[in-house]
Amino acid sequence: MTMSAPLTPDIVSHEGNSMVLSMGPQHPSTHGVLQLMLQIEGETVLTCDPEIGYLHTGIEKSAENLFWSQAQTVIERMDYLAPESNSLCYALAVERLLGITDDIPVRANRIRILIAELTRIASHCVQLGTHGIDLGAISVFFYCFDLRENILDLQEHAGGARMHPNYVRIGGVNGDLPQGFLDRLDDLIKKFPGRMRDLRGLLQANPIFQDRTIDVGILSREQALQWNCTGPVLRASGIAYDVRRAFPYCGYENYDFDIPVRQEGDAYARFLVRLDEMEESMRIIEQVRQHLNEPGPIMTTNTKVAAPPKETIALSMEALIHHFKIVSEGFRVPPGDVYQAVEGPRGELGFYIVSSGENKPYRVRTRPPSLYNLQALKGIAPGNFIADTVVMIGSLDPVFGEVDR
Amino acid sequence: MEVGPGQFLLAKLDDVARWAQSQSVWPLTMGLACCAIEMMTVTAPEYDIARLGSEVFRSSPRQADLMIVSGRVAQKMAPVVKRLYDQMADPKWVISMGACASSGGIFDNYAIIQGVDTIIPVDVYVPGCPPTPDGLLYAVNLIQQQIREGGRGGILSRA
Repeated sequence: MTMSAPLTPDIVSHEGNSMVLSMGPQHPSTHGVLQLMLQIEGETVLTCDPEIGYLHTGIEKSAENLFWSQAQTVIERMDYLAPESNSLCYALAVERLLGITDDIPVRANRIRILIAELTRIASHCVQLGTHGIDLGAISVFFYCFDLRENILDLQEHAGGARMHPNYVRIGGVNGDLPQGFLDRLDDLIKKFPGRMRDLRGLLQANPIFQDRTIDVGILSREQALQWNCTGPVLRASGIAYDVRRAFPYCGYENYDFDIPVRQEGDAYARFLVRLDEMEESMRIIEQVRQHLNEPGPIMTTNTKVAAPPKETIALSMEALIHHFKIVSEGFRVPPGDVYQAVEGPRGELGFYIVSSGENKPYRVRTRPPSLYNLQALKGIAPGNFIADTVVMIGSLDPVFGEVDR
Repeated sequence: MEVGPGQFLLAKLDDVARWAQSQSVWPLTMGLACCAIEMMTVTAPEYDIARLGSEVFRSSPRQADLMIVSGRVAQKMAPVVKRLYDQMADPKWVISMGACASSGGIFDNYAIIQGVDTIIPVDVYVPGCPPTPDGLLYAVNLIQQQIREGGRGGILSRA
């Protein structure tokens, strides 16, 4: 399925011989509701126009009508493979507007890093599993979802819900890690290396998988920069940009981890970068785990922002008033604007938030990494086979909740 | 119940057809949003929808019996969902999975259809945001029950 030199549309275009093929929005391999308008000749794609918007949810607009803390609920449903990355980024941005970034307890930041890295592994599991199915390797899906299920169980244990726990809150996290959580985390840490060996064995050395992905969808270093790609897509094209390293947040600078980089820029390189990233995430989790036995506060003590603990409400009049105010009318954020980015599983996830001093955001603009990564498809699909388009979509890993918002 | 040599069972043909249909409800591969991930999870080993005979996700609406509306239906997607439903062969069933598909959920705004039942008929609603995979399995169970107990299905009846 590989082509030695990508054909340019001028070479293969014969007037009248091409046809337009609409792929999607209901298509098993478009990973959501993407429609591609492909102009094809035979099996070869001449032009590729992605049509997005089939999942436009108006999340940014909805957020403007909710309290600062409530807006997190809708924002979490943007990138539904990594909900806690969205929450974390939004919370960090609002904390910067409030000027309480330095008041976040150390333990809260550690738990945030733990959850963010678990989310990254879970998200890459879905990507690898579905990518495998697209290429006919269905057993990978079963291994990946088994691992993901362990992570979702942890998330449910800590936050109360499998997919959208809303665990990271403005000011800290919602409740300390429950009893028995660390034992289950240890089990996962023990199980993880074996699972990674399985995944590498099933795909990395698989000749069919290699045939389908090596030299397919090559995104050069320059193209990746032009299209504003970030995350594994950019790192597979040879640029070691990682928000965790470039603009550290939550104390990532205290942890020792590598940024996997590949030079080839093809689908196989992106796959390898993701595998390596999962292992790096687990390295960070192991380092965080060593500190999680130390007890400490998990929420800022600023009761103007965070509701006071439940047990103080019955004892203190002031606590009761603060609690009532936060529940009934939220809190106000000083006027201003801020851009905050985190490294989500798909790349630089950013929030540009404007506050007019009200108890609701004035504007919440998202920089969804998938949208920018997906743009590259238009550049890399022409000249390849239709079947390879599916590989490219899978390797760019778009999530349409995030692309369309 | 064991059928030994020389013995046989008697049944109405329609009951046999209903029994067979209820054990092979093939869903349509149509993922919309967050719930689609949980829909994928039910095919994974932990939940294994194959126990209900519904593991065969069909990509073509012509071959599918069950549409799982898994997630929020945007205004732009609504005509596509309707068209896919119309393309499915009778008898067909619909599960509205999750709060967004059932009622719009937390997205009460300009972009989201407030309940997929405004465009297609729904047989079973599953609450949750997103529902757990167990919830979806139970919904498939309810569909099977409907088929066996004389709802749409059988060889003579059409939807």
